[in-house]
Amino acid sequence: MLEARGIVKRFGDLAANDGVDLAVGEGEIHALLGENGAGKSTLVKVLYGALQPDEGEIFWQGAHVEIASPAAARALGIGMVFQHFSLFEALTVAENVALGLPTRETLRSIASRIEALSAAFGLPLDPARYVHDLSVGERQRIEIVRCLLQDPKLIIMDEPTSVLTPQEADLLFATLGRLAGEGRAILYITHRLEEVRRLCDAATVLRQGRVVAGVSPRRETAAALARLMVGSDVQPIEHRAARAGAPLLELRRLSLPPDRVLGTALVDISLSVRAGEIVAIAGVAGNGQGELFAALSGERPSRADAVLIDGAPVGQRGITQRRRLGAAFVPEERLGHSAVPHLTLSENVLLTRHGTGGLTRLGFLLRGRAAQLAAEVCAAFDVRKPGRDPEAASLSGGNLQKFVVGRELLAEPRLLVVNQPSWGVDVGAAVMIRQALVDLAAQGAAVLVISQDLDEILEIADRIAVIAHGRLSEAHPASALSLERIGLLMGGAHPESVPEPADAD
Amino acid sequence: MLLEPLLLTIITAATPLLVAALGELVVERSGVLNLGVEGMMVMGASCGFVVAILTGSSILGALAGIGAGMALAAVFALMTLGFAANQVASGLALTIFGLGLSGLIGADFVGARRDPAPKLHLAGLSDLPFVGPILFGEDGFVYASVALLLGVSWFLWRTRTGLMLRAIGDNPISAHALGHQVLRVRLLAILFGGGCAGLAGAYLSLGYTPFWVRGMTAGRGWIALALVVFSSWIPWRLALGAYLFGAVTILQLYAQGYGLGVPSQLMSALPYLATILVLVAISRSHGRGAGPASLGTPFVPDH
Amino acid sequence: MLIELERRSAPSRIMMLASPAIAVALTVVTAALLLAAIGVDPVHGLGVYFIAPLSTGWSLQELAVKASPLVLIAVGLAICFRANSWNIGAEGQYLAGAMLGGWFALAYQTAGAWWVLPGMLLLGALGGMLYALIPAALRVFFGANEILTSLMLVYVAQFGLDYLVRGPWRDPHGFNFPQTVAFEPAATMPLLLAGGRLHWGVLLAPLAVAVAIVFLGATLRGFELRVVGMAPRAGRFAGFDVRRDILLAFAVSGALAGLAGIIEVAGPIGQLLPTLSPGYGFAAIIVAFLGRLNPIGILLAGLILALSYLGGEQAQIALRVPLDLTIVLQGALLFYVLACDTFILYRLHLFGGRRKAVQRAA
Repeated sequence: MLEARGIVKRFGDLAANDGVDLAVGEGEIHALLGENGAGKSTLVKVLYGALQPDEGEIFWQGAHVEIASPAAARALGIGMVFQHFSLFEALTVAENVALGLPTRETLRSIASRIEALSAAFGLPLDPARYVHDLSVGERQRIEIVRCLLQDPKLIIMDEPTSVLTPQEADLLFATLGRLAGEGRAILYITHRLEEVRRLCDAATVLRQGRVVAGVSPRRETAAALARLMVGSDVQPIEHRAARAGAPLLELRRLSLPPDRVLGTALVDISLSVRAGEIVAIAGVAGNGQGELFAALSGERPSRADAVLIDGAPVGQRGITQRRRLGAAFVPEERLGHSAVPHLTLSENVLLTRHGTGGLTRLGFLLRGRAAQLAAEVCAAFDVRKPGRDPEAASLSGGNLQKFVVGRELLAEPRLLVVNQPSWGVDVGAAVMIRQALVDLAAQGAAVLVISQDLDEILEIADRIAVIAHGRLSEAHPASALSLERIGLLMGGAHPESVPEPADAD
Repeated sequence: MLLEPLLLTIITAATPLLVAALGELVVERSGVLNLGVEGMMVMGASCGFVVAILTGSSILGALAGIGAGMALAAVFALMTLGFAANQVASGLALTIFGLGLSGLIGADFVGARRDPAPKLHLAGLSDLPFVGPILFGEDGFVYASVALLLGVSWFLWRTRTGLMLRAIGDNPISAHALGHQVLRVRLLAILFGGGCAGLAGAYLSLGYTPFWVRGMTAGRGWIALALVVFSSWIPWRLALGAYLFGAVTILQLYAQGYGLGVPSQLMSALPYLATILVLVAISRSHGRGAGPASLGTPFVPDH
Repeated sequence: MLIELERRSAPSRIMMLASPAIAVALTVVTAALLLAAIGVDPVHGLGVYFIAPLSTGWSLQELAVKASPLVLIAVGLAICFRANSWNIGAEGQYLAGAMLGGWFALAYQTAGAWWVLPGMLLLGALGGMLYALIPAALRVFFGANEILTSLMLVYVAQFGLDYLVRGPWRDPHGFNFPQTVAFEPAATMPLLLAGGRLHWGVLLAPLAVAVAIVFLGATLRGFELRVVGMAPRAGRFAGFDVRRDILLAFAVSGALAGLAGIIEVAGPIGQLLPTLSPGYGFAAIIVAFLGRLNPIGILLAGLILALSYLGGEQAQIALRVPLDLTIVLQGALLFYVLACDTFILYRLHLFGGRRKAVQRAA
């Protein structure tokens, strides 16, 4: 149905796509696999007309085509469901859909078509609601409905399950199977290998902008697919036994109102993290993770005794004072939160270490020491950088994440709170960071990991709690929780209505 | 009757604010903050007056004012869309540039006088007591401002292009991903805003005070910007705000005329103080995030 | 679009230095075109505008006198802008400083004591600072847009000054002119060189530049302001108090603007008048950007803007060119700086020339 030959797309000196070939057949669910930065998104944008290739040709149903714009792609019958949703928060569902349709149809008629289609596919959606009120899963439904309303012959889906609960993902797979059954082709972009093996008929693997393999995923193991993606064997995490000690972080009925119009309120959150253990908080994005992190770090104050670090009530204390108690924090957003994009690495070290790292004297900066510390972080965590002390923004996602994690770990914290430790980084960096967290706990620190990535959580956590609608479930030993139960809790099911885990011994 | 001339002057004082602010509202709805309203307005006043004197036509003068505002807006668009320059600084540059250039253009026309733009006269209707002069006896600019108000409301909420414009102001990245021409829409919005500011300025020198003085806008462009914030980016609230400000301006003039023993400078400062008060009150109830989400952020498409 | 921007992998160091120079060159070209347009021989006109003011000792002194308020204000604005606080009401803070400092002079100058002048400077800085803290506080506590409030306060300050010099502070023996009495020697800036207008206050500008270099580059608080300006969320994560930093940035820039105001009053002007500034507060915004928000750059940029004022005055006298030409050129200069700054971060391609460029690279 669709064939791309020799696609080349350069950004400056970087060839994001370097002679990529791809063929997707009718009724086929075709996986496009690759690490972050392998060129998947660029290729997809080229196919959808959002980017123009520097070289290469595209054939659609056998005919040579130039896809000049997304509108042209849609006219051909190519639809797209975006990873970072291309939605407008301030507009209604119907308006959002209208913006993706070529017609001059009235909003009313679009709304009735949305209702009909969402009923037919079991994707409930109210056309009159505003997007900012909707959950992540509902937002994805808008994208899917918008795409389906154009009756596309090829549907491109970019990382569709990364924001869904396992149950929502199952629902999506059923929909995809049905669409493929109707003879539509689906180009499915992901880095989740189990999904690919379960769902996809064929897979194209990209690495550093080139196609390294075309395989039939059902005949491969996940490990083999991972090797193709990464180019080498992936090291498993080594667990080291540690005995859980005294609680270093305690939350006692922490409640916080939302700090912005569309924020999530935290309700009655209680949790304790002991020395030597990793506790993970699972949950779908936007269920209060950011708010919880801010309350833990002290970026937002709370009731004094709602947060205790090493027994000290710190709810009213700022982040610097919490750091002085031996706590360290790594937020989700690398650029703009954990690091200032256009400051150098040595200045970014100052950001979290100015109060604890001996980097100032009488209010003056000791730049030499900061540079030395930055160099130590880079050496310890194998941070690859252009130049001696470059701007944070010039590092790749994985290297910057290693830097901001390393910056905190070199302070030898007794408590580490980290939000999405390996979100959007390459496999090598993710393994390194996870191993570092495990090692830190083994040395007797308490580690709290907030993550949307269940694979990551199951890989490193000793205990798991689930956050939904700003409420936190009880933390259960990781070995006692099934994926299904975590999924139900993530979907916001009331803890009592979810069957208790089998007794763990 | 005192009320009738009072209302008439309030309407004339409010009209330039309304017109300029409506243009800026559309610009800001597309996600662009053009702080150069004052500069575009004063250019409209000067060019409008000069052309009206030279041709003897208020209509040609108004068109020249629109053209001057749009020309300046085009410079702003080149800066902020073409070069992705800082919008705040570019807007300030536009104001400084416009104040200077309008002075150069109008230099030879200081002191020139002409009759103000004619008022509408509909036999019968305009002669009705009280409502006649107010509803049917205004000049063309006032009717144009009302038409503009209705037109902008209709455009933003009843047309597909208006929907696209609001979407771009909310999230240009998504709009671009869907294939909408972010920069083109913003360019057109900026030009429209410039035309409105120019028209508002032309009204000052052709209708409100029928002569030209250097810097005669006296901060009205800035007040128009504040009105957009006050309106929460909704046109009918903008009209409310503009007439409110017209009232403040006129009442302080009346108060000065009656000599209430208050220093005239304090009365003259009232509209500016009122602007600050209004900004504080509205920001307090809405918070800073009430405007279009992408307001003031440059957008550079990847090619 | 006819213009395409492509982000550079790293900011261009060459353009950082070249951008202001190109902008100034483009402004000179614009000046020539405008002069030709109003019927002045451009070569002669440019000579009067940009060369003549540099050719005599008197005018060089005058250049320094005009540059010093611009530099003082712009240094403060640079600190403010770097903290992402948009104080554009420096003109009002300048007037507030002139008024409060001027009040001290009027009240105590007859004492003739040594502390009159320092007291004026102190109160001048205080006046500007307090006036700047109004928009800062309104932003911090109510979320009101500081651009609009600080600008509105310029008009209010102008009316306030107008009231004072026409009303309570008017010189009773001044033939009803709107002005205060001329300041006594105790309330006047001593001259640096006899016979010119160069006074001690001029030295405060390079001093402010030096202090700002150390503050922004070497202190934790300066680092804090820069972080808060670049990434407020990262600032909060670092434990910095963003509200306090906004107040601090406004306070510093207001104090410097107020200082500039009282220095002008105590120096070249010598009394309070309804008009105390040829728009220094706004021109300083241009100075700040032309200097790329860097104190050293601001020192140079202040001299360039001062030259445009001086050249403008001379051109008005010698060529009968309206003073507005200077304002046009100042506005154009700011446009050029902003446009040139784009090339620090981006490469530019016209008419889809990008593909060719890529092929060459390949």
